Amino acid sequence: MALSNTNAPILEVRNLKKYFKVKKGMLHAVDDINFTIARGKTLGIVGESGCGKSTLGRTILRLTEPTSGEILFEGKDISKYGKSQMRRMREDMQIIFQDPYASINPRMSVSQIIREPMLVTHKFPDTAQREEKIDHLMETVGLAPRLFNAYPHELDGGRRQRIGIARALALDPKFIVCDEPVSALDVSIQAQILNLLMDLQDSMGLTYLFITHDLSVVKHISDEIAVLYLGRCVEKAPSRELFANPLHPYTKALLSAIPIPDIRAYNKSMEIIHGEVPSPVNPPAGCRFAGRCPHCKDGCIGKDPEFRSVGNGHFVACPYAEALA
Amino acid sequence: MSENLIRIKDLRVSYKTDFETVRAVNGISFDLNKGEVIGLVGETGAGKTTTALSIMRLLPFRTGRIDSGSIEFKGIDMLKVPDSEMRKSYRGEKIGMIFQDPMTALNPVIPVGDQIAEAITHHNKEKLNKAQVESRVEAMLELVGIPAFRKADYPHQFSGGMKQRVVIAIALACEPDLLIADEPTTALDVTIQAQVLAMITELRKKLGMSMILITHDLGIVAQVCDKVAVMYAGELVEQGTLEDIFTGDKHHPYTIGLFGSIPKLNEETDRLETIDGMMPDPTCLPEGCKFSPRCKHCMEICKQSPPVEFIDGKHRIACHLYAAHESN
Repeated sequence: MALSNTNAPILEVRNLKKYFKVKKGMLHAVDDINFTIARGKTLGIVGESGCGKSTLGRTILRLTEPTSGEILFEGKDISKYGKSQMRRMREDMQIIFQDPYASINPRMSVSQIIREPMLVTHKFPDTAQREEKIDHLMETVGLAPRLFNAYPHELDGGRRQRIGIARALALDPKFIVCDEPVSALDVSIQAQILNLLMDLQDSMGLTYLFITHDLSVVKHISDEIAVLYLGRCVEKAPSRELFANPLHPYTKALLSAIPIPDIRAYNKSMEIIHGEVPSPVNPPAGCRFAGRCPHCKDGCIGKDPEFRSVGNGHFVACPYAEALA
Repeated sequence: MSENLIRIKDLRVSYKTDFETVRAVNGISFDLNKGEVIGLVGETGAGKTTTALSIMRLLPFRTGRIDSGSIEFKGIDMLKVPDSEMRKSYRGEKIGMIFQDPMTALNPVIPVGDQIAEAITHHNKEKLNKAQVESRVEAMLELVGIPAFRKADYPHQFSGGMKQRVVIAIALACEPDLLIADEPTTALDVTIQAQVLAMITELRKKLGMSMILITHDLGIVAQVCDKVAVMYAGELVEQGTLEDIFTGDKHHPYTIGLFGSIPKLNEETDRLETIDGMMPDPTCLPEGCKFSPRCKHCMEICKQSPPVEFIDGKHRIACHLYAAHESN
């Protein structure tokens, strides 16, 4: 397992930055993010609203242009690719969007939605083969054949999300960005979709970048997890390691804030962090979490903390992490 | 014995349009004593919010109707209270409500201080004058952790968590006996959710309120509630104390499915236990047990007659599985 981690990463992101120009200055949505994902693995990206996780996913697919940095997909830097080159790349890189109500065209039928990527890319020129592929995809994601000509408004959220998944799979991609694919769904439906995504990964060898705000979901599906805060990665570790041994004060606060469905946790004293996420516009140098951190020291302000390794593939951006543990 | 505060008996609510009738709540009964918190748990469309709106008598005019059943609040039949009386001395005064989405619950063109003051002056049983109302508004803001000088700010100047605090301040302004919180933290981030939940719990204890907490998150229930009622397709499939639901050995298959669907933080699981299929369409509910089409233990009888409640102390399960065991 350790070997496959270092061997042939399918995606590598180096110093990726995405700034948006706003009235008051520069909004640092994604600020110097680095990671690699090994083939067939899942990297979970966790963070609260406004931490830049969706922007990160979209920037990797070049749905928004990166400000600077490199995106290496199978060793090639796609950040400088032209439009037509990028379009060809996207056959291998797909996305499942958060909102199954907004991300599919209400005026297209289920089969049309799944067929569209194939028509756009001319990947399956043979009609019979294409139709067969659609049937197969619908079966794979668990949509009944009778829904072939149904329209999205006839379907509930779980089924719509299945359409989104089928569309993402239509071109046999290698890599899929899952941008909060289950957060709009009820728990019982959420479980069905998570199981589906994991089965597809096993059978098709897919690689996922799984973006979510839900820590229990990310733990369930990811091999590795990166915790984002205000555009920065504050901690990254293998899934089990992160939950067993969280080091960054923000990760700890995030973990302790999750209500656990277990009454032994009833009335347990929670480590509540105060305050709210500050503005990402022109953030001052230094640790982004300093203002809310219960352990903030003088050294935390003015100088960016180093994102350093602490062994076991565990990285943390806090100089005092071990001392606090 | 603690004093009973609200008693709901066999409540049935439906929404009627020209084309169809949606049976949203189908005969639910539960009690809540003074100082207790009950969690209403269920998925979208289970009828949780409809139950809350029925108690507040805020069902949409013309379409929403309480067909039968009773809601008794402090011994008074709420369904017989005239509308004007309802507005004057129940809604907002004896029963407060926190709505799910703080972004839409506040009026965007009125400063938050005035919105809190509105609740106080509308009821005003203590005959407060203007200055007293102002100081009350300031006290309420401080209570929910917002500095008093921000009372002149408009809702858009606050973040989501702060807006929810303002909504809570409005709900608590008249010190109600019962607080209905309809998914109070669903729109918030986890760290902010933890702050708001801790605050609600603290204030509730301080003011000695009872609460009906509507949520789909079993984690929140475990933290906050004394009693739990699990809703499915407008029915209570299981209810009991927190211990009954979380540790008891007998459960409704839907409750088991609900717990199995949550990825566990403290355990390793490869696959989630799912409930196959989805909620039945509330315009044409199945005969017999509403959960039967999705149930792993479905028997012939489940498809024909509605289940009898299995009762063990305070623990009630509406399932043929246990009723059958009982008779054997």
